[in-house]
Amino acid sequence: MLSYIAKRLAMAIPTLLIVITASFFLMRVAPGGPFDGERQLPPEIEANLMAAYHLDEPLPMQYLRYMGNLFQGDFGPSFKYKDFSVTDLIAQGFPVSLELGGLAIALALLLGIPMGVMAALKRNSTVDYLLMGTALGGIAVPNFVIAPLMALFFGVILGWLPVGGWNGGALPNLVLPVVALAIQQIAYIARMMRASMIEVLGSHFIRTARAKGLNERQVIWRHALRPAMLPVLSYLGPAIAGIITGSVVIEQIFGLPGIGRYFVQGALNRDYTLVMGTVVFYGVLIVLMNLIVDLLYSLFDPQIRYDD
Amino acid sequence: MTDTTLSRLPACRRHRLLKRIALATLLLSLAVPGMAATLRIDNSAEPGTLDPQKTSGVWEARIVRELFETLVSQDPEGEQVPGLASHWQLSDDGLTWTFTLRDDARWSDGQPVTASDAVFSLRRLLSPEIAAHNANLYYPIQNARAVNAGKANPATLGVHAVDDHHLEIRLERPTAWFLQAMAMPEAAPLPEHVLEADGERWVMPGHTVVSGPFTLSEWSPQDHITLDKNEHYYDAGEVALDEVILYPLEESAAALNRFRTGALDISYTSVPGGRFEKLRQELGNALRVSPLVAEYFYMFNVRPDSPLSDIRIREALNLATRREVITEQLLGMGQTPSYWLVPRVTSGGTQGELPMAQMSMNERMARARELMKAAGFGPNHPLGLTLRYNTLEDHKKIAVALAAMWQPLGVEVSLINTEAISHYAAIREGDFQLARYGMSATLNDPYDFLGSYTTGSSAARSSGYHDDTYDRLVEQSSEAIDPSARVELLTRAQQRLLDDYALLPLYDYVNTALVSERVHGWESSPMDVHPLRYISIEE
Repeated sequence: MLSYIAKRLAMAIPTLLIVITASFFLMRVAPGGPFDGERQLPPEIEANLMAAYHLDEPLPMQYLRYMGNLFQGDFGPSFKYKDFSVTDLIAQGFPVSLELGGLAIALALLLGIPMGVMAALKRNSTVDYLLMGTALGGIAVPNFVIAPLMALFFGVILGWLPVGGWNGGALPNLVLPVVALAIQQIAYIARMMRASMIEVLGSHFIRTARAKGLNERQVIWRHALRPAMLPVLSYLGPAIAGIITGSVVIEQIFGLPGIGRYFVQGALNRDYTLVMGTVVFYGVLIVLMNLIVDLLYSLFDPQIRYDD
Repeated sequence: MTDTTLSRLPACRRHRLLKRIALATLLLSLAVPGMAATLRIDNSAEPGTLDPQKTSGVWEARIVRELFETLVSQDPEGEQVPGLASHWQLSDDGLTWTFTLRDDARWSDGQPVTASDAVFSLRRLLSPEIAAHNANLYYPIQNARAVNAGKANPATLGVHAVDDHHLEIRLERPTAWFLQAMAMPEAAPLPEHVLEADGERWVMPGHTVVSGPFTLSEWSPQDHITLDKNEHYYDAGEVALDEVILYPLEESAAALNRFRTGALDISYTSVPGGRFEKLRQELGNALRVSPLVAEYFYMFNVRPDSPLSDIRIREALNLATRREVITEQLLGMGQTPSYWLVPRVTSGGTQGELPMAQMSMNERMARARELMKAAGFGPNHPLGLTLRYNTLEDHKKIAVALAAMWQPLGVEVSLINTEAISHYAAIREGDFQLARYGMSATLNDPYDFLGSYTTGSSAARSSGYHDDTYDRLVEQSSEAIDPSARVELLTRAQQRLLDDYALLPLYDYVNTALVSERVHGWESSPMDVHPLRYISIEE
């Protein structure tokens, strides 16, 4: 098991190197630079700015400098947020995104799995249509529509919950953003769970279990549920990485200090180091989440073992 | 607890209880009027830095101005008033400024603010390593340009401390707008003793030492910044607010919702144009609209290979543009249709306008058709033009409207939309024919606008515009110390630029802000500067 993990991590290094290198050079292909704005800067001032961030060096040299710093764990200074390093920004924003994303995924699993199972068991009934219709609605309506409506209704009109702000992660401030983030995930998970449950319920080992005279509850809990969750599990790896690196829409609408906005803002501002920092961070997270999911597979599928 | 239950208590306990109730009531009555006055502001964006010399945005200046007072300060209406300097004077030859610092100016650690702090700060501002965006505003100081280019030692800069209270600044040539530059946040004296000790982190809470009415007590990136009243500020007795919390909300809907629930007292996030009328009805006096020293125009690329090098086409496009349709029907927020480059609210009263301002629309269209015909174009021989704009709903509406207004002249416009950085990069490269442009003032002075069209400056480099006479007029206006002579020179310069149809002006910007009725002392100001020391809030 341990040597499997070590092997997987070692294999991730070249992948990450390719991602970093490609992002580094792609970013520079985009027109304009971090100091382009309404007014052209006088040549002396532009030269000073370029020198201050080593942008006056040849590109390969900049790449080597960046990689050298990266190996020492230094993501460099942000071009826009000058008082903070990229590491500072990620370190401050990530706990917020993690809490929001973690809670949203937990909520999505808690609601999505039972919804999917119920729909599968009552296949083609009113319950099924009702649940899957709701799920389809959740997928179809984007969260930039749902979130402001929720803020308006529960925050402004009813006044039950704050319309935004982090407030140190207080529960009332978490409710709306977590629900808004979770809605789409609930819908995806429910639909996936329904499809895979239907498939599993039609398989031979379930027929055997039923033939042995087990009651329906035992069949579902003991035999069907675990294999039916496999597709959800493989979906969870990238989904968790995606959701806990933040959602720029939710963060903007509720004014939350997560790291989602850095992906978009960094690219729009040509804040090269910030974009690179978030790309590396996201890359590492995807690799780790996929590894964790693969390890969890062995718990859910008896055919998978990571023995040496 | 009723009287009956109270009377059942033993006498001593009853006495003690009554004493406690009385004390609590007394404390409560004392506490209410003395409760901390907190103002909550939506500052529209996260500051990139709070180092006054590295800032480049209004949302940064808004905080920095409260922390570091400048020698020359601004009142609520934007007029210059004494700041850390109690007074100043200019020598007769217009070359030497002497600033006298207040005796009672203190840093927030109790140390006195001295002229040598100001010298230190100006030398730092012009040193190449700081890479200050606005360093060129201080190039009139002796040797400043050479210092900023790394060709001279900062010690050779023409600034020196005569004694602890007197700062002398020597200029290379008289500069009419120099005092405006000294009121900019980057010109504020900085605490030399703190910068030397703390290095890069000097501006963080717990490290920084300030001279302004507020200190920096918390900075949680993308969440909030808290400022507390600075008890060492020389005018602390007049500062009504105890605490100010600033949130970096970028989404106008998010800011609006929080304002509606009372979680914000002021919001600086711009109100979306499409919802303006509805919001005005809903919010009434809380929605403040006022003219801003900023101009919305289209830049012409006048280089020889561009069709717009032909002045007849530039004039025709200007003639056929119905500015009132744009300001009244498309925008409707009170923008002034403009026939000039320098917004009318700019201080100094510069005049000059496009000749067509007084013509009827029929006359204008007739002349425009004639001009296009003379240039060899018309509905049967259309002229193809590309028009660039950066992503924003209002920019798009205006671009589409312009294309429609010019169609009768036989102008076929292709629209090119990109995000802001790509847009400005294309302008910088001269890779455009017509480009949407917004110029907001750094200084409240006509030079800020007209100077950009002088050879070698920003707009001239982008558009390819060049006129020696214009350059000379602007330069002379900059050196003119007599205000009336200066207005005349500036007006002549502007008229020359407009007679050349060097650009297509559309309107003078307005600024919107949401200000709760509980907030007092907040005034409209053309540069959008609202010093917190004059603001108070009802509890």
